[in-house]
Amino acid sequence: MTADAHPAPYLLKVDGITVDFDGFKAIDNFSMTLDRGQLRVLIGPNGAGKSTLCDTIIGRVQSAAGRVSFNDEDITNLPEYEIVRRGICRKFQTPGVLPSLSVRDNLAVAAQKDRRWWRGFGRGVRKAEAVRVDEILEQVGLAARATTLAADLAHGEKQWLEIGMVVATEAELLLLDEPTAGMGPNETSKTAKLIHSLLGKHAVLVIDHDMSFVEELGAKVTVMHQGKFLKQGSVAQVRADPEVAAVYLGRAKE
Amino acid sequence: MTDHPIFKHGWIVVLAVGICAPALLSSYDLNLLGRFLAMAILAIGIVLIWGEAGILTLGQGVFFGMGGYCIAMYLKLSSLEAGALPDFMEWSGVSALPWWWVPFANPVLALLAIIVVPAVFSGVFAWLVFRRRIVGVYFALITQAVALTFATLLTSQQNTTGGYNGLTGFQTIFGLELGTTDGNRTLYWVTLAILALVFAATRWLIGSRYGTVLRATRDGENRVRFLGYNTTPYKVVAFALSAVFAAIGGALFTLHAGVVSPAFVGVVPSIEMIVWVAVGGRHSLWGAISGVLIVNFAKDMISSALPEAWLYVLGLVFILVVMFLPNGLAGLVDDLWQKYRTRDGSNDMAGSTGALEESK
Repeated sequence: MTADAHPAPYLLKVDGITVDFDGFKAIDNFSMTLDRGQLRVLIGPNGAGKSTLCDTIIGRVQSAAGRVSFNDEDITNLPEYEIVRRGICRKFQTPGVLPSLSVRDNLAVAAQKDRRWWRGFGRGVRKAEAVRVDEILEQVGLAARATTLAADLAHGEKQWLEIGMVVATEAELLLLDEPTAGMGPNETSKTAKLIHSLLGKHAVLVIDHDMSFVEELGAKVTVMHQGKFLKQGSVAQVRADPEVAAVYLGRAKE
Repeated sequence: MTDHPIFKHGWIVVLAVGICAPALLSSYDLNLLGRFLAMAILAIGIVLIWGEAGILTLGQGVFFGMGGYCIAMYLKLSSLEAGALPDFMEWSGVSALPWWWVPFANPVLALLAIIVVPAVFSGVFAWLVFRRRIVGVYFALITQAVALTFATLLTSQQNTTGGYNGLTGFQTIFGLELGTTDGNRTLYWVTLAILALVFAATRWLIGSRYGTVLRATRDGENRVRFLGYNTTPYKVVAFALSAVFAAIGGALFTLHAGVVSPAFVGVVPSIEMIVWVAVGGRHSLWGAISGVLIVNFAKDMISSALPEAWLYVLGLVFILVVMFLPNGLAGLVDDLWQKYRTRDGSNDMAGSTGALEESK
């Protein structure tokens, strides 16, 4: 997709969002766009407002001003389940798996298309959804652990399971908040590969501050600082940028 | 949670014992067992709302009472001559039957009311509360306040509810003489059949996709919400079902006991109901039924030997269970079974859905 002739509207458009926590502007007039099937990495020092931005997109936090549109539809401040139904799903910073359900059931709950309660009065998972669950089990590398309770998974496996759950919803946009938190280098690079395998079908917005992981992802980077947009560009550009360096390193000087 | 190997075919044995009981027990003991089975229907509802949905409710007495009063109002009216008023109304100078008593002269409406009244009341209540995302201890406290309010209301409206004494002096229902040996026996069969039905239905529900999402909501309501589920109706339905089960139990209990009064409705009885299930195990239908039987047979024995001691014993048992057996007796059986299998060398953790996951 070229920038000058944009055939379809952006998948996600965040336009001048401001979030006010009792006078503290966690996000201050922030804007960004994301295309279909694209990968974007959102970085910034602690407290830059990255997770709050995710919370706002997903409807967990109400914005004071600005607009979030998805597929050209205004979704600002809708209830979270309405936003999810439109095709945005988020992985939380601390793994939000369902501990007393098996890995397979975790994915089946996520994969279920008809989420109205009265449609749940039947046993077993619908065939198409079961097939989808099996695919995702392979994709996230948990096929051998399908019947294990999520509570008994290792930390890294929980992260993958939750990524799998987010993928299972078939959302067009996946928000992954620190998907490699608590992972070793091997697991981190496995996660990067997993994320790359999702692109095309899904657009992915990754929040992280592990720079080696960001480099491995090799995607366009948006930098946030104190709730504001700071810079955008390739990993190399952002690395070389003096302003970004000041934000990350300058803090040590103060 | 209930497909533990010991219990898998255990229901055949239990049902066989239940069927043989009338031949083995005296009329008094059979009546007692019948009351406990009626309470077990309520306990199954608590497994659904507390064990599966993870919502602690301290107001099940309200719905138990609703069921009890619905059937009692019919029994009271049917024992009178046409146009006569219940005795306590005449004593308090009430001249005409209050409008909300009128439908209960009709047996079909009264039976319907046992289900409809608690379903509507609990559904509206739960919808209002869950929609505001009130959870955990706050929800428990609100249900307790409802129990207190309902009991106070019944006591204070002496002239139309019978006050402290409640409603009693029933004679027949559908031609069945209450309080006789034959009546007791028939009533026992009806109770056993309804308990079996409610048990099977709940077991099926827990195994359904609805049940899986309900457990998922217990584990992480936010995660489930952010997967696109509106969790409120799932919780409302579970709460309403548990209320209906409580009301059915209450109606049957009233038939067995021959009386309903605010003593079955308020805060203390509502907490006692939670204790039954805590002792038996809130994640297990069998556990809950066992809990009802164990606690209540103990209550019957202790109260006749040492009438003052029961509440202390109950409190002590509750503290011990909370501290040492968070999953009740069913959890203990499960733990022992897992240990046995481990020692056996045939332990296969994969696929186990026992109560172990809660032991954290």
